Amino acid sequence: MSRTIEIDPVTRIEGHARITIKLDDGGNVDDALFHVTQFRGFEKFCEGRPFPEMPSLTARTCGICPVSHLMASSKACDKIMAVDIPPVAKKLRRIMNFAQLTQSHALSFFHLSSPDMLLGWDCDPAKRNVFGVIVEFPDLAKMGIRMRQIGQSIIAILGNKRVHPAWMVPGGVNAPLTEEKRSQILPMAEEALELALKTFEWYKGQTGNFAEEIEHFANFPSMYMGLVTEDGELEHYDGFLRVIDHAGKILHDKVPTDNYKDIVGEAVEDFSYMKFPYYKPMGYPQGMYRVGPLARLNVCDKCGTPKADAALAEFRALQNNSGPVTSSFHYHYARLIEIIFALEKMLELLRDEDILSDHVRARARGNRSRGIGIAEAPRGTLIHDYEVDEHCQMTKANLIIATGHNNLAMNAGVKQVAQHWIKDGKIEEHMLNRVEAVIRCYDPCLSCATHAMGKMPLHIQLTDASGKVIDEMTRG
Amino acid sequence: MSKVIRVVTLTIDGQEVTGREDETILTVARQHDIDIPTLCFLEGLSGWGSCRICLVAVEGVPKLLPACMTYCSEGMKVQTENEQIKAYRKSILELLFSERNHICSVCVSNGACELQALAQKCGMDHVSLPYRFPSYDVDSSHNLFRNDHNRCVLCTRCIRVCDEIEGAHVWDLADRGINAHVISDLNAPWGDSETCTNCGKCVQVCPTGALVQKGTAVAEMHKRRAFLPYLNAMRGNHG
Repeated sequence: MSRTIEIDPVTRIEGHARITIKLDDGGNVDDALFHVTQFRGFEKFCEGRPFPEMPSLTARTCGICPVSHLMASSKACDKIMAVDIPPVAKKLRRIMNFAQLTQSHALSFFHLSSPDMLLGWDCDPAKRNVFGVIVEFPDLAKMGIRMRQIGQSIIAILGNKRVHPAWMVPGGVNAPLTEEKRSQILPMAEEALELALKTFEWYKGQTGNFAEEIEHFANFPSMYMGLVTEDGELEHYDGFLRVIDHAGKILHDKVPTDNYKDIVGEAVEDFSYMKFPYYKPMGYPQGMYRVGPLARLNVCDKCGTPKADAALAEFRALQNNSGPVTSSFHYHYARLIEIIFALEKMLELLRDEDILSDHVRARARGNRSRGIGIAEAPRGTLIHDYEVDEHCQMTKANLIIATGHNNLAMNAGVKQVAQHWIKDGKIEEHMLNRVEAVIRCYDPCLSCATHAMGKMPLHIQLTDASGKVIDEMTRG
Repeated sequence: MSKVIRVVTLTIDGQEVTGREDETILTVARQHDIDIPTLCFLEGLSGWGSCRICLVAVEGVPKLLPACMTYCSEGMKVQTENEQIKAYRKSILELLFSERNHICSVCVSNGACELQALAQKCGMDHVSLPYRFPSYDVDSSHNLFRNDHNRCVLCTRCIRVCDEIEGAHVWDLADRGINAHVISDLNAPWGDSETCTNCGKCVQVCPTGALVQKGTAVAEMHKRRAFLPYLNAMRGNHG
């Protein structure tokens, strides 16, 4: 008799989702689906608004990664204005983005995912959260909380607000960096880099404990996409799109961001509000690719900073230097390397002799009818594609959110984990937690908030083919 | 023979004050540093009395009266704040917020908006009425400025400053009641207006993010109103 298991809601992610696992007559996993159940409608209510409002308006999509939206949106607006913004403005935007990368990755690693890794998959759900980590591993928890705090504080120093600063604007930023602010940020970035290196050293020693998870957590061949510099280095703000295949062969390189539609298509499915982007030349659904920290480290030739490059060499060794690192469990590993990179780059930019320049904004009205802004958000490639009318009011907005690119891979990952751990129709806490945890590897950002701290509400029903509930489990 | 203007004595919040009989309660209160919140009123323009934020209680009068439109009289006893007045002001603000689309967080006037400041001052932290979410257009046809009807509170400051100070009378109110809205010329796009002199006075006196300069991003629109008392003084207006 076929049955269906629902995990609703998926917890310790940003946003609202549920998972359905369909069992066959033998009680083994037939299929698994990841449903994004929230509907936001941002693209629609951008229509009719003046384009200079877009950075702050679209940033409201998210409370965790508003800086990414500010950045992609500001870049799209720069294109509409047809301006080349002052070089220092670009550097300042990058600094804020690195601060965000630090805080967001720290949040994902420590607050959301470390409870699974540190407290164990069978741990009581009421304790398996960041507070449980604080009790059991206080020193580690303090490092994570401090790193996130530093990232958030740097954003606040630059933009006067921790969340949704209005500092990035079309044409650049609306205030230069002062010496006072720089001297506040520098020691914080140095401290965070030390903490990041310590965390990386510690985590390297832990990976041996997760061999089974590494083997089965969305560990499959796929393509990868990310921005790289002209020289093929890791890039988050500018650069070109690069796509590699499962073996590491470059399929597309130096794709100008304006041409993203040549390689990215979008499909829809009736079981989820999140679209399914795919690699256009391969078609849907074969064109599955991954984005985000794992993908970025897979696509780049090198990071371009000494400590991050040393860590990248160790990352590549995870796959015996034989091609892209394929297990999505290693998103965690990649995240820590990106924090190191972000802080190294931030320090480099802060020490730049021009960084205190007052020339931080280009002014112009709308001169083009379309603008595309692409940047790397913590979770992957973020695309803002705008069209405006003759009065510079928005007629169309298409946002391809980083998490969306991973939709096909998340669904495939959920299925792989479910197939490995759920056998003969038995449901146990640790199995379901692993199904959720594979989603957390991708750190999906489905909406604006981190929630479900503490006791996780979870309701699972087993139904037979006629829909009759034959088993039920509730917690929270 | 010119009319004789008498000086009257009245009490505001228990304080005995003097004013001229052709001065409003609001004017006299402000002369004596007594605060009464206002929205449609702007020093240097004629009174209008539409927003009712400045309602005060006058002893012996069964209803609240707008301080900006009520003249002083001998022996008048005025109370500028009590529980009823506070509740009325909050209700008025809730009505204004629910009437159109005032989304402060993504408004160019965020942090420099009189409506927002009033809500904070009057403790209006929730809107208990259902929002109307009307579909209003944004008129960006003007070369320099923008009219976002979503943020308009119909204070008519733009109409008055254009008529009384600039002398162009570009702006007017069209329709009635809930459908009332500001129009330029005979309901032409602002950019097509033949009477607009591009002076920007209407933008500077607008209390919200309804009339703004183009090119401003969120929270960047700061209005500059120093021109108004200066122009009035130079022209010998209002005494």
